[in-house]
Amino acid sequence: MADGSTNPLAAEARAVAHESAHKHVAGTAEFIDDMPEPAGTLHAAFGLSAIASGTITALDLSAVAAAPGVVGIVTAADIPGRNDMSASGSGDDPLLSTGEIRYCGQPVFAVLATDRDAARRAARCARITYDETLPVVDVAAARAAGRGPSFPPLTLARGSVEDGLAAAPLTIAGRIAIGGQEHFYLEGQVALAVPGEDGEVLLYSATQHPSEVQEAVAHILGVAAHAVRVHVRRMGGGFGGKETQPTIFAALAAVAARKFRRPVKIRPDRDDDMTITGKRHDFVVDYALGFHEDGRIEAVDAVFAARCGHSEDLSRGVTDRALMHADNAYFYPHVRLRTEPLRTDTVSNTAFRGYGGPQGVVAAERMIEEIAYALGRDPLDIRKANFYAAPDRNETPYHQDVHDNIMLRIVEELEASSHYRARRAAILAENARSPVVKRGIGLVPVKYGISFSKKAMNQGGALLAVYRDGSVHLNHGGTEMGQGLNTKVAQVVADELGIALARIRLTATATDKVPNASPTAGSVGADLNAMAAQDAARTLKARLAAFAAERAGVAEDAVVFEHEAVRIGAERIGWAELVGEAYMARVPLSATGFYRTPGLSWDRKAGRGSPYFYFTYGAACAEVAVDTLTGEYAVERVDVLQDVGRSLNPAIDRGQIEGGFIQGMGWLTTEELWWDGKGRLRTHAPSTYKIPLASDRPRVFEVRLAAWSENMAPTVGRSKAVGEPPVMLAVSVLEALGMAVASTADYRLPPRLDPPATPERVLAAIERLRRDVDFAGVLL
Amino acid sequence: MDVRSAIRFYLNGDLVTLAGFPPHRTVLDFLRLDRRLTGTKEGCAEGDCGACTVLVGRLDAGGTLRYRPINACIGLLAALDGAHLVTIEHLAGASGGLNPVQRAMVAEHGSQCGFCTPGIVMALEAHWLGDGPTDDGAVDRALQGNLCRCTGYASIVRAARAVESHGARQADPVEAGTAAMAEKLAALADHARVVIAADGARAVIPADADDLAALLLESPDAMLVAGATDVGLSLTKALATLPDLLLVGGLPGLCDATVDDGAVRLGAGMTYEAARPVLAAHFPTLGALLDRIGGPQVRHAGTIGGNIGNGSPIGDMPPTLIALGTTIVLRRGDARRTLPLDAFFLDYRRQDRRPGEFIESIAIPHLEPDARFAAYKVTKRRDEDISAVMAAFRLRLDGERIVAARIAYGGMAAIPKRARAVEAALIGRPFVRDTIEAAMARYDEDFRPLDDWRASAGYRMTVARNLLLRFWLESTGAPARLSDAHHGRVPMAEVTDG
Repeated sequence: MADGSTNPLAAEARAVAHESAHKHVAGTAEFIDDMPEPAGTLHAAFGLSAIASGTITALDLSAVAAAPGVVGIVTAADIPGRNDMSASGSGDDPLLSTGEIRYCGQPVFAVLATDRDAARRAARCARITYDETLPVVDVAAARAAGRGPSFPPLTLARGSVEDGLAAAPLTIAGRIAIGGQEHFYLEGQVALAVPGEDGEVLLYSATQHPSEVQEAVAHILGVAAHAVRVHVRRMGGGFGGKETQPTIFAALAAVAARKFRRPVKIRPDRDDDMTITGKRHDFVVDYALGFHEDGRIEAVDAVFAARCGHSEDLSRGVTDRALMHADNAYFYPHVRLRTEPLRTDTVSNTAFRGYGGPQGVVAAERMIEEIAYALGRDPLDIRKANFYAAPDRNETPYHQDVHDNIMLRIVEELEASSHYRARRAAILAENARSPVVKRGIGLVPVKYGISFSKKAMNQGGALLAVYRDGSVHLNHGGTEMGQGLNTKVAQVVADELGIALARIRLTATATDKVPNASPTAGSVGADLNAMAAQDAARTLKARLAAFAAERAGVAEDAVVFEHEAVRIGAERIGWAELVGEAYMARVPLSATGFYRTPGLSWDRKAGRGSPYFYFTYGAACAEVAVDTLTGEYAVERVDVLQDVGRSLNPAIDRGQIEGGFIQGMGWLTTEELWWDGKGRLRTHAPSTYKIPLASDRPRVFEVRLAAWSENMAPTVGRSKAVGEPPVMLAVSVLEALGMAVASTADYRLPPRLDPPATPERVLAAIERLRRDVDFAGVLL
Repeated sequence: MDVRSAIRFYLNGDLVTLAGFPPHRTVLDFLRLDRRLTGTKEGCAEGDCGACTVLVGRLDAGGTLRYRPINACIGLLAALDGAHLVTIEHLAGASGGLNPVQRAMVAEHGSQCGFCTPGIVMALEAHWLGDGPTDDGAVDRALQGNLCRCTGYASIVRAARAVESHGARQADPVEAGTAAMAEKLAALADHARVVIAADGARAVIPADADDLAALLLESPDAMLVAGATDVGLSLTKALATLPDLLLVGGLPGLCDATVDDGAVRLGAGMTYEAARPVLAAHFPTLGALLDRIGGPQVRHAGTIGGNIGNGSPIGDMPPTLIALGTTIVLRRGDARRTLPLDAFFLDYRRQDRRPGEFIESIAIPHLEPDARFAAYKVTKRRDEDISAVMAAFRLRLDGERIVAARIAYGGMAAIPKRARAVEAALIGRPFVRDTIEAAMARYDEDFRPLDDWRASAGYRMTVARNLLLRFWLESTGAPARLSDAHHGRVPMAEVTDG
């Protein structure tokens, strides 16, 4: 068999549409709430805690039970197994409260009714009395209350930060508060549980991690994993919000289905969804940095305090990754970075696209900004002065070498193509003339490490079946949430087998097809699952090649799979014909595939290792205009250059970059999570929580892939991951807003604009600078 | 008068007659639960995300059938009487293929997860059928009511621009059926009162304004519902059990605009979109303001009278209309009284509306030639957001001297409220910066702003003052804000080092 080179097609040919695009636009793509409900399906609604902290002294559900349409109630007492959904296995995450209230909106009970409306109405009939205590809501309160680390913090250190700070000619200390973010997947959480025989349950769950739902439901029901099947065809967005959080709903549906022996569906209203589920962690970062007059950093000492919420969930990994991206693209000769995870009486914060990385990058860029304003220099020059560079400025704070560095090339290409220098000069001149509307521009690089730091998770599986007519049924362990994973995996298999994409059908991700799958997260969905699928395809291809060679009496390397046909020596027969003959000859036509990422190491205790298989590199240049009377702003132009290696699908990758950028921009600008003093989240619907709209996108939005880039690591087709890195490119918007703010004080003070930079925050920063500086002749 | 006990409307071309359904039933629940038309999605159930966007076709006064987008999640099923409801399932037509909007969305990779996509397609379909322009600003406005969390919108906008290259409008199934459907809808019009009753609740569609007056005398506690853009939320979110509903959207006699020497007069039932042309023509900045109220789905449903009658402290129209010196006509039976709009708002959510009364029309006096007027809306997100501060200024000058001032704000008090102390500080003084700064010091006397998640009290107060400064700066010709149309200005993008 000749080894077919993967990805032989030209970039344009690889830019095929999403496998479900036709169904999306026709409204026929089926989401879980669209599925026909099995006869007798009950609908569940959670009853939620109205307070954030305390204990339940009386739970009177008589009115709930008596409400129209109600069939029954589920409380913690109905849970057959362990009342715990924790992803970490720490036992700190009850499905239903047993009396202790840990956050406002915590599920206390669930009511089952014949329709959803009846269930929602009934849930509000509960009479719950509480013994309320003062909730610990934010980082400051958690520190004051001594809610110290809920798990061991991480320290990354190299050199001597004390010596470095002492030796540096210039030092700055500061603080940045970085807001959290609601996922706002358009399809809310949903689960449908169908009970079966022998204690089995089939779950349709909108989850990025079917295996976790399976395991959690198994231990909540007290059954073995093989009794729980989890299926998901697609999600209407996930962004990390459907990594651990779907368990809440799937587990409740499973418990209720068990109790009432009927199918149970739960789909919370948007407000409940946003109230019940975790969000991106907000951080408070205290930093001290020492640097030289030329802008080079000598030492960085920083503490990353994070609001983790009431339980651990994924906070360990999220805070770790924040630390491991607090260098972004910069070499810190002396460095000490520490996490300070804090337990609060709020919803348990969780994974969100970037998984802590974005917060680390924001902090790194704040430090660059501090240096630039202190020295009166263009921040881009400070950035370049601090880039990693082989051989002696190349080691990350976690002691991995940056072995595949293309940061400078990316930044310099973008600097030229965006005309950054000329525009910055023009903006400086215009700002001097414009009393109210001020502009800003920022060019920010992003380096992002690819692989799960938990080594075991870096594996993927696939299952391939070829039928006698030549059609192919493909499953893998990843989930489709809009990112085009299924499309990419199918493309890889089609290329491998030399067949048309239309021959391949992907169906729901299922725990009974591919077991023990990792979450579709960390941007590695294609890296893991396309490799596994390719492995399965190669197994099948080898069997077919051996059969074809034997059949024709030629060597196996004379068999070539190409363009819907197979060349066997001088003969050429159609794919389906060969498959049909192989069946008759009793060649097995299904295969599994597997992949594990090679060469990873990570010692968390020591803060040392090579946890990342490779890095992706990107940069963005953003220009904004700010109204200094109101703090309102517009993002006028954004240029992006992103490294995706050799793109598996340039159209899909472009979509990931555009979408990731805007999502990151929303996080850093208008998306504001607002808790009141009682620990109630008051921005819990799109009327109050403002994600970007079409008119928020930059007027000019130039997104390019670094066409010359090829992954140095042996990934599928030498591609690179693309899901998360673009979120961080939006830091360029924050930087540009900061420049516009700083213009009101003639750039003499650092703007220190903390995200989310709402118009209110922008105006507050302007007013602060105006108070802090002698502004004669500068301002109105 | 004829009374019907069933609504009649067309759903994707087929006649539907429904009686005895719960009057609170939403269009979305009807589609998804009753008809299993699951292409239309529920994203938020409060009219903010647009995933449930459907088209409602109605005959206009000239007998032309026009399709407009609405949010099915907060739209009342009963209000569909006489309309043609079009859902995503209808776009493919009998052939089952994709229409040009859909084809453009596929070609430009405009969908990722696909959940918002049907709503996006319907919003773009409405824009396309309405012959909307495809420049950036127009496409952005067409999409103001639709959230997408995956794409960042760039690919969707590319699709919107490319629709024409994917097929002719005449070949679109909705467009192709317009003439026949117009005849069918005309045949449905019978000028009857419609009464839907079930489960002890009632929804009534009056035959016209006179019928409404009579019904309100009988049932003064009935709730008037026009676009349901706010009432709908009380159903989907608060799970409210509302009293009798009187559905007045599109009611004959409440939807006409007239302009005479004295004023622009609007029927209270006019939607924002219907009122936009006349308001934009007569009052500067109002067109731009109306373009920032909700999205098209809300602007085609919500009404001027509803925005007033609702009495919210953060509505956009009341402060604007107060500054313009608007009066309203309240009708009870055949009796009418006229009231200055600012006298209508008594206290938080309490208005001077007597039992049996309804707002019939409003009159906005023309601006005098020497008047200066501007309305400013300040929000956290530029579009489809509720005001942190809404401000409107109307000054008259005699030479340099300010001779009259009407300034009103939303978001600054429990009601839409005039800035009397500020006005007093302006009147009689020259329209110069010193006067403005002196007046900016008077805001504490007028307002105790709201303090909540949309904005702090301090921010609202600062912005309120600064907007007066902006008003003055703009009168001097100084650029004092970002352009109204987001994409109206040439960015530095055009500057190159070449």
